[in-house]
Amino acid sequence: MRKYLLKRILYLFLTLFIVATATFFLMKLMPGTPLQNEAKLTASEKASILAQYGLDKPVWLQYITYIVGIFHGSLGLSFQFSDQAVSYLIGSRMGPSMQLGAQALVVGVIFGIILGAIGAIKKDTWADRLATILSILGIAVPSFVLAILFQYYVGLKLGWFPVAGWSGFAYTVLPTLALAASPLAETARFIRTDMVDVLSSDYIELAKAKGLSKFGIVYHHALRNSLIPMVTLIGPLAAALMTGSMVVENIFSVPGIGEQFVKSILVNDYPTIMGVTIFYSALLCVLLLLTDIVYGIIDPRIRLSGNGD
Amino acid sequence: MENPENVIEVRNLEINFHTYAGEVKAIRDVSFDLRKGETLAIVGESGSGKSVTTRSLMGLLAPNAEIKKGSIMFHGDDIIKKSEKEMQHIRGKDIAMIFQDPMTSLDPTMRIGMQIAEPLMKHKGLKKKEAIAQALEMLKLVGITNPEGRINDYPYQFSGGMRQRIVIAIALVCYPEVLIADEPTTALDVTIQAQILDLMKDLQNRIDTSIIFITHDLGVVAGMADRVAVMYAGKIVEYGTVDEIFFNPQHPYTWGLLNSMPTLDTEGGSLSAIPGTPPDLLDPPVGDAFAARSDYAMKIDTQQEPPFFKVSDTHYAATWLLHPDAPKVTPPAEIVRRQQKFAAMQKPEAPIKSDTKE
Repeated sequence: MRKYLLKRILYLFLTLFIVATATFFLMKLMPGTPLQNEAKLTASEKASILAQYGLDKPVWLQYITYIVGIFHGSLGLSFQFSDQAVSYLIGSRMGPSMQLGAQALVVGVIFGIILGAIGAIKKDTWADRLATILSILGIAVPSFVLAILFQYYVGLKLGWFPVAGWSGFAYTVLPTLALAASPLAETARFIRTDMVDVLSSDYIELAKAKGLSKFGIVYHHALRNSLIPMVTLIGPLAAALMTGSMVVENIFSVPGIGEQFVKSILVNDYPTIMGVTIFYSALLCVLLLLTDIVYGIIDPRIRLSGNGD
Repeated sequence: MENPENVIEVRNLEINFHTYAGEVKAIRDVSFDLRKGETLAIVGESGSGKSVTTRSLMGLLAPNAEIKKGSIMFHGDDIIKKSEKEMQHIRGKDIAMIFQDPMTSLDPTMRIGMQIAEPLMKHKGLKKKEAIAQALEMLKLVGITNPEGRINDYPYQFSGGMRQRIVIAIALVCYPEVLIADEPTTALDVTIQAQILDLMKDLQNRIDTSIIFITHDLGVVAGMADRVAVMYAGKIVEYGTVDEIFFNPQHPYTWGLLNSMPTLDTEGGSLSAIPGTPPDLLDPPVGDAFAARSDYAMKIDTQQEPPFFKVSDTHYAATWLLHPDAPKVTPPAEIVRRQQKFAAMQKPEAPIKSDTKE
């Protein structure tokens, strides 16, 4: 298991290195410079600023400088926020995004499993159809539409939760719900399909032959077996949610990281683009690794192949 | 119960399946008894209704199945009339079942000890610890080596034969009165098959259970069964003791089955298959359902269904050939040979073929 983990971690760093390299050169291919909006600056002033940030050097040299910086644990300084460290920028804005993402994931997955299980157990009844309609809606309706609907009806009309801002748990409820709709729907559809399969398998037949109750069969046998493939879905879902939904963050004025990312691309803030990209990638890689480890814990068959590696 | 020795009495059972194509008449007027401590084999080809019959004993029919008629008496109660909740108290406790494929019939994510303990916790109200302790005893009984070390293993860590032993342990852990074995050895190697059959016989004596053994393998029947019922197209066409069915078969379908089974005496090296396919049970034929495939079919076979004719006190067959007015026919050579053996076994008198009826 340790050998397997070490190998995976090595691959993780390799992946990050490739991502960093690709992003760096792609970014350099983008039109414009960090100073394109500064029309008032004279040519010599621009040149001196570029020189200050090392942007006058050839691209390959800039690349090497950057990579060396990463190995020294520095993601560089942001251009747009008066030389704030990128790592500080990410750190200070990560909190809200992570919290929203985690809350949306928990809400989405738990209610998704319940909805999916109901659909599978009550297959081809009105309950199943209702669950299907809800999950299709959840996938089809974009989160920003839900966000606005929630803002208007739940926030403004009913006044249950604050419409926007970020100062306390109540402020997280509406954006969480808006973000949770899509993972909820995906989970529900996934679990339903899976559980319908599981419920028609031989070991469920055997469980019935043991005289177990319907609930006992679902709880002790069907659920765990249906949840195993679900774990593969959770990793990417978690990454997508935690790295934030830029639009939903904007709508609810959440000071998150997604909003920051868009801004930095628009103004060619190279270190911030690089920093956030690497951070996103690292998060995704770590979550996928965790997924595989959790997979092994839930499914004993995989645990062994990990050992035998 | 008509006979106190009977554990189960099935009478005039009719089961239909609702399908898009129409009503499939899967079980058509089936009656049989299961006696205490005996092994009753139900043989027949795929689709003859043997599995459906036994599932109905467990109350585990598919949702599109409908029991049209009949009764299944168990302890003086009709199982058909019982609710799902009531059936849950019978399943696994009084009537247990072994399935065909041990590779898929165990929950892949649950330790086998727990899988064996589950029925005990459900039916005997045992605590987890006690149930696991009994599960361990059961593992010993079914011949798992090093049971202490393996009780916490998962199914994937066992071979097919070992898994079937575990499935048997699950089925027998509550010492059921009736064990239904639905082709329990079909998915196993021949050598493993023999081990599993030996184990079942051994456990049957220890636990004192009656077995309904479903199979299409007549070789297995010969070694396992006390009595045999032959099913064809949703009906029982012949039943009797294992010797009577093997050595004095009366129904042309039973002849065909035995004739298509290789034996050490089989000469010439070729097996005779039964021509044709079973009838479509959406619209079952009038008369004897086997008539269309039978070389011995008479006119009446296509017009009127044959009743059971008595061959001996324990042996009945539903074929017009046993009617007193029926012409005498010579069965296939292999069957004649068998019948001669049977006559020798009976010594004093040869089997009487056509002088009695129900």
